Amino acid sequence: MENALQVKDLCAWFGDHQVLKNITMDIRRNSVTSVMGPSGCGKSTFIRCLNRMHDLTPGFRVAGDVLFDGRNIYSEKIDPVLLRRKVGMVFQQPNPFPRMSAFENVAVGLKFNGKKRSRAEMAETVEKSLRMAALWDELKDHLGRPGSSLSGGQQQRLCIARALAVEPEVLLMDEPCSALDPMSTAKIEELIEDLSDKYTIVVVTHNMQQAGRISDYVAFFLLGDLIEMDKAAKIFTNPADKRTEEYITGRFG
Amino acid sequence: MESIAFRRRAADRVTRGLFALSAFVVILPLFLIFFDLLWKGARELKWTLLTDLPHPVGEPGGGIANGILGTLSIAGLAMAGGIPMAVMAGIYLAEYGRGKFASAVRFAVDTLTGVPSIIMGIFGYVLWVLPMKRFSAWAAAASLAMIFIPIVVRTTEEMLKTVPASVREAALALGIERWKTTLFITVRTATAGIVTGILLAMARIIGETAPLLFTALGNQFWQSGLDQPIAAIPLQVFNYAISPYDDWHDKAWAGALVLIGMVLAISGGARYFTRVRK
Repeated sequence: MENALQVKDLCAWFGDHQVLKNITMDIRRNSVTSVMGPSGCGKSTFIRCLNRMHDLTPGFRVAGDVLFDGRNIYSEKIDPVLLRRKVGMVFQQPNPFPRMSAFENVAVGLKFNGKKRSRAEMAETVEKSLRMAALWDELKDHLGRPGSSLSGGQQQRLCIARALAVEPEVLLMDEPCSALDPMSTAKIEELIEDLSDKYTIVVVTHNMQQAGRISDYVAFFLLGDLIEMDKAAKIFTNPADKRTEEYITGRFG
Repeated sequence: MESIAFRRRAADRVTRGLFALSAFVVILPLFLIFFDLLWKGARELKWTLLTDLPHPVGEPGGGIANGILGTLSIAGLAMAGGIPMAVMAGIYLAEYGRGKFASAVRFAVDTLTGVPSIIMGIFGYVLWVLPMKRFSAWAAAASLAMIFIPIVVRTTEEMLKTVPASVREAALALGIERWKTTLFITVRTATAGIVTGILLAMARIIGETAPLLFTALGNQFWQSGLDQPIAAIPLQVFNYAISPYDDWHDKAWAGALVLIGMVLAISGGARYFTRVRK
């Protein structure tokens, strides 16, 4: 199937406040899709709907469908725990587990997902994940260091490695660079491009340059509405909607 | 300009001085108690104090070994029963406790923390000593557990609440079940704080005397069973101190010194667990 995720008429509420209004979009497999828009437009809420991270938020409610592999993830038959192993997430603030070493941070998802693995298998997966996250060379001799003692950029790549270790199909990234310096940002952006060969990546950003650099597709959100979604080149050169044009030319937001 | 700067500096110094003075006055009692005990207890602070049974009046020597053992067994029993229950209740309040039941539990636990310890003693007496028709280590441990548990419930809850939501989110996003996230990620992150709370609560119950008067009763000999009256350091200190004999008074001071030493050691242990880790 071409699409990893299909979103149909997705609405979301916190209490009485509607934050997403009839969002419909297809997310292409093995591509980078950016979700862009000003603060408060619902972009973070939106990607958190894609792995049911809102399940435990009191007062949160969704309507509509999100199809993953053709099945609605909000159906009662879907176990959110299994869903999240297939749809991983990286957060805005790097959040390695504070009392764990770098190695344990990457291994933790495997350790708790029920399947028994030997030490050697664990070590192999940790190495593979750290390599994919472009962190292995820097970290291979310091795997016992606490994850929280790494630099911000390294912590974020550690979080990416941690997410990759459970072998997801989709990786959701909620403003993964907004807490990082330009050098670390460049590394993460490069990483996103590399990873998109194998993974479907959805990135939230309010940085248009970033969206332009890394995306195959861009979705522009405004006040809970999806204004338009298209190939990145099209959005940045010839947007269909006047509001998108105003946003990307810096006239608001 | 200069005079304003001078006044500002003066005001700054005065307030800082007041804060520092208050801090000094706060720690003063600890030093007074400790040095007074050292002064008066040193005479009887011998090795035999820690190894020997009490001797009858007039007979020199003798120790509080059975009291030390008794205090450790009562506190140990209270903690063995109390820790799992208290920590799990704390986890419930921190991780799941949103509704009315949880607020009721919180209120009850806070109230329990404030209940005077002698009432816990009377309660232990009515609940355990009367039906079993004898004073016992079990009754004493139950009374101390009722003091211990509410303290640990609330410290566990507070410590778990200091774990950032981002840690729980990260675990859930990896597809780790909620109960595993709670037990193996969140609790693990807060372990040092939880252990500290347990140790401070332990220091608190180790010195409790009032509940033991109604439950442990005391004992001049080695313990023969947990269903028998049991010796404890605070009880021995109490009995020696109200006696009319000088050598018993000295032993009371020495016993108090041992007790303070234990509390200091436990607090030191608590500091060790909360030390900043690099």
